[in-house]
Amino acid sequence: MIELRDVRKTYHNGVTALQGIDVNIQQGEFVYVVGPSGAGKSTFIRLMYREVKPSSGDVVINGHNLAEIKEKEIPHLRRGIGVVYQDFKLLPSLTVYENVSFALEVIEDSPKKIRRKVMDVLDLVNLKNKARFKPDELSGGEQQRVSIARAIVNNPHLMIADEPTGNLDPDTSWEIMKIFEEVNARGTTVIMATHSKDIVNTLKKRVIAIEHGRVVRDEQRGDYGYES
Amino acid sequence: MNSEVTTDMKARTFKRHLREGSKNIFRNGWMTFASVASVTTTLILVGVFLVIMLNLNEMAEKVEEDVQIRAFIDLAANQEDIDSLKKEITNIPEVSTIEFSSKEEELKNLMSSLGADGDMMAMVNQDNPLNDAFIIKTEDPLDTFDVASKVESLDHVSSTEYGDQVIQKLFTFNEYARYIGIGLITALVLTAAFLISNTIKITIMARSTEIGIMKLVGATNGFIRWPFFIEGLLMGILGSIIPIIFVVSGYYYLFENMKDKTFVPFFELIPFNPFVWQVSLILLGIGAFIGVWGSIMSVRKFLKV
Repeated sequence: MIELRDVRKTYHNGVTALQGIDVNIQQGEFVYVVGPSGAGKSTFIRLMYREVKPSSGDVVINGHNLAEIKEKEIPHLRRGIGVVYQDFKLLPSLTVYENVSFALEVIEDSPKKIRRKVMDVLDLVNLKNKARFKPDELSGGEQQRVSIARAIVNNPHLMIADEPTGNLDPDTSWEIMKIFEEVNARGTTVIMATHSKDIVNTLKKRVIAIEHGRVVRDEQRGDYGYES
Repeated sequence: MNSEVTTDMKARTFKRHLREGSKNIFRNGWMTFASVASVTTTLILVGVFLVIMLNLNEMAEKVEEDVQIRAFIDLAANQEDIDSLKKEITNIPEVSTIEFSSKEEELKNLMSSLGADGDMMAMVNQDNPLNDAFIIKTEDPLDTFDVASKVESLDHVSSTEYGDQVIQKLFTFNEYARYIGIGLITALVLTAAFLISNTIKITIMARSTEIGIMKLVGATNGFIRWPFFIEGLLMGILGSIIPIIFVVSGYYYLFENMKDKTFVPFFELIPFNPFVWQVSLILLGIGAFIGVWGSIMSVRKFLKV
């Protein structure tokens, strides 16, 4: 369902972040993207939801080529993709509930559906009892769970995470990974860029390693392969 | 993925945009105040200018209808001369109508225009000292001056007479006032729109995280833009309230005080109703335009995907 064909990305400043990328990812896979800082992991991940447009080559998601997609189709593409960041990107003035419902309100879901979906997803990330809290009243792990809830509340076919455990201590990281596995078990493809050797080596999944803008390794149940 | 683009807006969504847009107005209070104040200043000037211009126009139109040239014919001219003169005048391209008025008619006109005093003129009726005349109207009243001097240079015309120099001055004044007014207003409208776009820029920057998340979860650009349009629109409309009150009450005062005093002929204010409401509507429209334009200027730059 995700197919990258000979993708190259050169930024305006002349830096080539990715080149010669050929990758296929099937629906329901769980993929780690690893590699040194500045190797092109973020660019790779951001291609998937058209935050970054490829300079050449094709990025095909569910039959839609993001290299050719019209500007006004992008929002609809993104409704099928959930994104989670290292820094959570929550709105500090909104409650946990509102942060999640926000994602549905702006795509104009009906209030009834919104209430049901938000409560369901808060249940899944185990934050039902903190629905009325503001983000700054929560721990880092809880905040990341809110952002995961927001990412998956619309039941996306693809979840993308850019170093989701980067700001969290090991115990909390495992909590987050448990949720990711649950999301993956429901059939959602998960692509996660990470620097965590522990996670990659313990929860064995497919590993794609990127160095100097190229895929240098792509193996099922792979290792992290770098000294942390 | 749903690639179908829905363009119709639900009432719920519109309410949300309205709420967000008006919230922003209060979020950056001072910038909003400055923008609204500049719209207010602009519109007060536009209002005063409009009232003056429209009244001058109306006046000029009334005068224009009356503008005619009287070409007095030499006493020595015979019927043949008069006929050929008529032909010559008719051949002047700017002339629209020409009418012969005998000296008897001229005298009658003069007597009636003098009212009671005119009766005394009855004495001279026997020995009419006036000339025959052609009454000429021009296609465009602005050509009056040119046509009059052309006619005056023709044979058998003793002299010409038309409205007055006042008319010429009124026309010129009208024209200059229009140019200066339009220039001034354009500058003010630009300033006000610029201030509004700056205010909205601040709102957008303050909400950049929020906008980022909206884009991330798949909000359409239209959806993201709407609150900013509404914010601009509201600022424009808020800015037009004081000018409208000012124009309505000011004109009411002026009109009530001047309607019985026709101290200058043909100087009469346009009736209060519905004129003032039309002007108010124009002010509201310009205010809304400034607001929306200001918001478009800032939003376009900031919301590129």
